[in-house]
Amino acid sequence: MAAITVRQAISDALREEMERDENVFILGEEVGVWGGTYAVTRGFYDQFGEKRVRDTPIAEAAIIGAAIGAAMTGLRPIAELMTINFAFSAMDHIVNQAPKLRYMFGGQFKVPMVIRAVGGGGRQLGATHSQTPDAIFAHFPGLKVVAPGTPEDAKGLLKAAIRSDDPVLFIEHATLYQWRGEVPEGDYTIPIGKSKVQRPGDAVTVVSYSKGLQMTMEAADRLAKEGINIEVVDLRTLRPLDMEPVIDSFKKTNRAVIVEEGWRSYGVGAEVAARLYEDAFDYIDAPIKRVAQKEVPLPYNRTLEQMAMPQVEDIIKAVKEVL
Amino acid sequence: MKKEEYLDLYRQMVLIRRLEERAAELYQQGKIGGFLHLYIGQEAVSTGLVAARKPQDRMITAYRDHGLAINVGLTAKQVMAELLGKATGMSKGKGGSMHMADVEKNFWGGHAIVGAHLPIAAGLALGDQYTGSDGITVCMFGDGATNIGFFHEGVNLSKVWNLPVLWVCENNQYGMGTAVSRASAVSEIRQKAEGYGIPNERVEGMDVLEVKKAAEKALKFIREGNGPYFLEIMTYRFRGHSMGDPERYRESDEVKRWQENDPIGIYHKWLMDNKKADEEQLDQIVSQVEQEIEEAVEFAENSPEPAPEELFTDVYVEEV
Repeated sequence: MAAITVRQAISDALREEMERDENVFILGEEVGVWGGTYAVTRGFYDQFGEKRVRDTPIAEAAIIGAAIGAAMTGLRPIAELMTINFAFSAMDHIVNQAPKLRYMFGGQFKVPMVIRAVGGGGRQLGATHSQTPDAIFAHFPGLKVVAPGTPEDAKGLLKAAIRSDDPVLFIEHATLYQWRGEVPEGDYTIPIGKSKVQRPGDAVTVVSYSKGLQMTMEAADRLAKEGINIEVVDLRTLRPLDMEPVIDSFKKTNRAVIVEEGWRSYGVGAEVAARLYEDAFDYIDAPIKRVAQKEVPLPYNRTLEQMAMPQVEDIIKAVKEVL
Repeated sequence: MKKEEYLDLYRQMVLIRRLEERAAELYQQGKIGGFLHLYIGQEAVSTGLVAARKPQDRMITAYRDHGLAINVGLTAKQVMAELLGKATGMSKGKGGSMHMADVEKNFWGGHAIVGAHLPIAAGLALGDQYTGSDGITVCMFGDGATNIGFFHEGVNLSKVWNLPVLWVCENNQYGMGTAVSRASAVSEIRQKAEGYGIPNERVEGMDVLEVKKAAEKALKFIREGNGPYFLEIMTYRFRGHSMGDPERYRESDEVKRWQENDPIGIYHKWLMDNKKADEEQLDQIVSQVEQEIEEAVEFAENSPEPAPEELFTDVYVEEV
């Protein structure tokens, strides 16, 4: 096992899959000559050439639309959105085309493509460039939405996404890129649609994913010093959502907190909590709590921005409230 | 072209016309649901394009797609069954009027969101360019689609990447009820292609042979590796935008004038004038088509509804 960053894990997954399969190629803004605005594809242009590492105009509908068409012909495009905020410019193709073409034409088409999109707040980019709109995309049947939190999961899930015959939105978080963790040697994949207990405990079930996972793990360390051992369940995939490890954990702890960076209203926490109420009502010993972003567009000012975003302290407070 | 091929173009156009006339009746009877956009008046366009393409060329169009479905060789039975939402439709009754396709026949679908299939068409063409196939993607769309961003993103990308795609704007003069002059900054749509440095041509679209000739020239240009080409094909829909169209936006005289230029009538005359067929042969085609349509309606009406478990199939390829 070697410890690498999330950035490296994603980069390695892309490179290995491109080496493995000629039909895998990348398209997006500044993915080639520039090397990727987050340096994920640095060196790819020289290694694979302009046919397989394709710089595009700043035209998101063209990027996603062309990826859909190429995927329908049997290629395996990886379309990179410079940030998930730009997904709105390609919304029709992401939610109205890719996830529906197979169903609508009676199973005649496959759309084996990956959309990589980095999101998240906390970098003073202002309201339009700081969003965590993951839940919106998880609303649509036909799309798979993956949002890993660790280097191991990022690599294994991205490889699974590239090999999947279905369209996958792969959500990365900009402030997670430097997070280090151990990654298995050699080729491996992690199945899409499987949640995982990242840290066992008995006090409270804390459910999270992506950046929220990192914060939750930090909260877990601090709570452990006070003798409170939370169980951390990482969703890893938002659609299809695997509730089994969440419910198993909840049956043991009878208490749950859900942590997400996006807005609380209609969010991932709302979905997970509703499913616990529906499917594990008899096990509930305390109100289910949500830790999420305040209901405002994210401001530029650093202090205000941090006030709006969920913090480790908020997780600790919520855990203590349900105990 | 051989004599039979000339006659087959006639058969296709008559089949589209009669099939849609019958579909309109079934719609009025409540047997077809949702939207129904008729191609009547525009038959020469898709018929001429498909006559010009090679088997490796992919066809893709917007929601007015019954004509193209017939041209690529889907049967009247399959089309009618899909219109009635039956399991025997080519999309298993889950797509309806606007979502017909057949991958085996290189027909990549009718697409219902205006302009959204243009970037997808660029991607289909990229697939052929990437693998070194000499297939071309023929992408049809209406004049209304040329005002939306998808058009500009898709067409621009096709030129930047030199993609093997033939863009075909069917200019039927109206985007729903809004005349081209009221919606587009230029009334000659081909000028938009000019703006992207793409060779282009305006074509008389009521004459199937003119369409075929123009498409053959364009396809040859593209197949020689010269990148995209753009045709603006002038046509007219004789019916409303869809079945619920009050048609307040055009005078009945205008419709009548165009109906005198019926593509089927024009071609009928051409076949006679050029001794490709006699009246009896053409009548025989019409009666064969009428019988085919009646059989198709019977087939569709007697076909089973999709099974309840079909509700959950084909959401994903892989089990979830």
